[in-house]
Amino acid sequence: MSEPVRVIYLGKLADIAGRSGTRLDVHAGPIDWSYLIDILENKVVPGLGEAVSDDRVMVALNGTLLADKTALVAQEGDEIAFLPPVSGG
Amino acid sequence: MRETRLLDTAFDPAALVDRLGAATPQSGGIASFVGKVRGGDGVEALELRHYEPLTLPGIEALADAAQARFALEGLVISHRIGVMHPGDPIVCVAAAARHRRDAILAVDFCMDHLKSAAWFWKRELKAGQWHWIEPRSQDYADLARWSKSAST
Repeated sequence: MSEPVRVIYLGKLADIAGRSGTRLDVHAGPIDWSYLIDILENKVVPGLGEAVSDDRVMVALNGTLLADKTALVAQEGDEIAFLPPVSGG
Repeated sequence: MRETRLLDTAFDPAALVDRLGAATPQSGGIASFVGKVRGGDGVEALELRHYEPLTLPGIEALADAAQARFALEGLVISHRIGVMHPGDPIVCVAAAARHRRDAILAVDFCMDHLKSAAWFWKRELKAGQWHWIEPRSQDYADLARWSKSAST
């Protein structure tokens, strides 16, 4: 059994997703951006793939921000966080 | 004294400022700011969410930047997460310095960054409905003050 990839939704993305996170099976290999968007849109909630594709949504992989989220490659045990614009403390 | 904290329960800003004062006998002054949940706008509750790998490390980096920029004897930042109600403290920033201007500016600098660049997501409960708060352009303008070479 491989460790799943954990996907975390912050802010209003959690409302769109209807949950705070999703676990993805990676037995078929690493997850790239287009595969991830396809899963979010078609297996989690319609509209979620589009919502996280918004230019203002940033992505962190294991706590590190990605300069180009479309270059994402997630391996087993990784954590992907979708970060909409912050609204301040 | 240097302390950055994320707190999921109520805290006492005055006690924090007192501790900073006691811990910095060389300082000539302490400036502090306490942000609290505004009452009177029909807001019943406010919730702040964070992302653990980014939020506190980001505040620590902000404290580093403030200490590098201003001559401080001490700096404390405490920030709430979770659900709060009108009147509850959300944030306290306090800076101790030999001279007042460093302390005052350091607090202003930290607050402008916390309001627009810290990893928090905020929603309000109004008339029984939660609404996510969008970023405010004024907060970005406040932050931009600190990148002009002429300021401070």
